[in-house]
Amino acid sequence: MFRGDGRQKVTEYEIPRDAQGRPAIIDIRDVTKIYQMGDIEVRALQGVTLQIFEGEFVAIMGPSGSGKSTLMNILGALDQPTSGKYYLAGKDVSQADDRQLAAIRNEMIGFVFQNFNLLKRTSALRQVELPLIYASKPGNRRERAKAALEAVGLGARLHHLPSELSGGQQQRVAIARALVTEPKMILADEPTGNLDTKSGTEVLRIFQQLNRERGMTTVFVTHDPFVARHTDRVIMLRDGRIIADRAVSQPLIAGEAERPSEMAELEDIFRETYDAPAEEFT
Amino acid sequence: MNLLESVRLAIEALLANKLRSALTMLGIVIGVGAVIALVSFGQGVEQYIARQFQSLGANLLFVFSSTPPGGGPGDVKALTMADASALANPLLAPSVLRVSPQYDVFAVVAAGRNDSTMNVSGVTPVYQDVRGWYPQYGRFIEETDILTSARVAVLGTSTATDLFGPGVDPVGQTIRINALPFRVIGLMEQRPGSGFADENDVVFVPISTAQTRLTRAPMRDGSYRVAFITIQAVSEGRMDAAADEISRILVERHGIQYRDQEDFTVLSQNDLLSVVGEITGLLTIFLAVIAGVSLLVGGIGIMNIMLVTVTERTREIGLRKAVGARYGDILLQFLIESVVLTVTGGLIGIGLGFLAATVGSALIPDLTLTVTAGAILLATTVSTMIGLFFGIYPASRAAALNPIDALRYE
Ligand SMILES: Nc1ncnc2c1ncn2[C@@H]1O[C@H](COP(=O)(O)OP(=O)(O)OP(=O)(O)O)[C@@H](O)[C@H]1O
Ligand SMILES: [Mg+2]
Repeated sequence: MFRGDGRQKVTEYEIPRDAQGRPAIIDIRDVTKIYQMGDIEVRALQGVTLQIFEGEFVAIMGPSGSGKSTLMNILGALDQPTSGKYYLAGKDVSQADDRQLAAIRNEMIGFVFQNFNLLKRTSALRQVELPLIYASKPGNRRERAKAALEAVGLGARLHHLPSELSGGQQQRVAIARALVTEPKMILADEPTGNLDTKSGTEVLRIFQQLNRERGMTTVFVTHDPFVARHTDRVIMLRDGRIIADRAVSQPLIAGEAERPSEMAELEDIFRETYDAPAEEFT
Repeated sequence: MNLLESVRLAIEALLANKLRSALTMLGIVIGVGAVIALVSFGQGVEQYIARQFQSLGANLLFVFSSTPPGGGPGDVKALTMADASALANPLLAPSVLRVSPQYDVFAVVAAGRNDSTMNVSGVTPVYQDVRGWYPQYGRFIEETDILTSARVAVLGTSTATDLFGPGVDPVGQTIRINALPFRVIGLMEQRPGSGFADENDVVFVPISTAQTRLTRAPMRDGSYRVAFITIQAVSEGRMDAAADEISRILVERHGIQYRDQEDFTVLSQNDLLSVVGEITGLLTIFLAVIAGVSLLVGGIGIMNIMLVTVTERTREIGLRKAVGARYGDILLQFLIESVVLTVTGGLIGIGLGFLAATVGSALIPDLTLTVTAGAILLATTVSTMIGLFFGIYPASRAAALNPIDALRYE
């Protein structure tokens, strides 16, 4: 792709755009990540090239160990690739130092974790204020944190501690925390992985609303094909490589679509989403 | 993140583990409290001693026997009454105003059913003028008492109270010293202060009585031995001259051939003060070292707990970094936490030291124990430095954590 059109030669980076003219917010080129474990090299990512454009709603899928978390961590500026380039909204993240990475994480990215990662004994409001503590322009922290909590439907739980909230509510606090700095995108690594179906649907609905109503670029990892079908685009990883990258023809609306029976689901997903015979994945 | 907020955050974190924080602080509390209490105690003792010396009287020199360098006890000729008379000769020692020889005996002093073993001082009439201390009732020892080795005694107020009960005039009563009856002829004025050494706890007898009746102190040449001689110079400006005259007379009388072979020592009040000052100074250094060790141990305790805290809160650190905390933010957070620990400990320690000084002052009325602003400043600075010094390593370890590894930490 990129190699073909010779853009690598251009020294000045120009933000690529998609067919609709939306600028790329994520633009990674030939990214690898190699973990050195003693004598063994683990090649978690073996050359991933990917563009995600502003306003996209993307699911990343793939078997366990395929490199999804590794990729998300690099996209979230939590980790640096072993080689390759990462441009985030035009900024070269692979060249950034620690200070700049901290600022990028603070201002540009909202990250949501599978296990929520909330602080113990800290009220929801204070949890959500946390990123603003480190922000260069914090504004009125309380008000902004309150607004973010209201946006995820927790306006009535401002002073609750994590131990006083359900799993789904805890994850919504975490989403509010990701939103509060008004980042360019939300990244989530298996955000519904620890939740029951109902809470998972709730979280999914929030993501969908943020995307539809605010145009928030959202990328999340899921193992659940039914969840993935609520997005616009599904990227499939295996062995540290992208093996499929497809648009979802008719995205479902969270909470409205019936989860299909397991058999029907499998067949549906394999046919529609990946456009590949079922045997390949079993 | 501003400093005030960091401090609030640190206090919250420390309050989350109250017992642990308190135990960690204990080392600093004890160290700082010890420093404050010991410094104020040392200064109090120094002031007390200075006051005691001033109350001795004006322009005083003390002469006592001492072994010359390299010599043994056999090389010492004791000071005698004859030496004292020679020093009192205005032709030989024009700078000397008064000479008060003294001979002390440890004896059992009894009256009725009360008795105590105490120091009985044999003195001459000049003692009262040298010390500026006179009887309030009766009279002091007179020349005739010396000549007749009379069995008469003058009591200090504390001794009088011990022997006869409070408010009883002892003049005219009889006491027994080493079973010999003595008539009480006078009661001394009350001396201010009754701390370590109560000056009022004293019995004066004629020096000749002490030398002959209470012990046997004659020398081969028929003269009598004295314990030491207190000499009053004519004026403050002639103290040095008086000291020289005394030395010259005694060198001649004792047949000293070489300089530095003197078998006596002449000390002025200031000399004594500086000797005592050296001793108390040494004591203060010793106490400071102990307090310092306790602070060091406290500091290591702080470091240990901070390392534990950093390990325990690895995931929190990871999360903070993931939402945009920089190296400096985390470093500051943990550094402030350890400084808040040590400074809080330091403040409590200052309070305890202050309390100890107040209680000490109340228990020992003679000792005015004051906690100086300097000591407080020192304690606060030192505890802040300890917090910084022992906190920097754990804090930098926390700050250097990689967010991914930290978040994954179990
Ligand atoms: N810190 C690390 N050190 C060594 N190897 C690692 C490390 N992190 C990940 N790996 C390896 O990299 C590969 C990709 O891991 P990754 O966590 O990205 O997988 P994943 O797709 O997220 O899997 P899952 O669905 O189970 O979460 C795996 O083989 C894993 O063992
Ligand atoms: Mg993963």
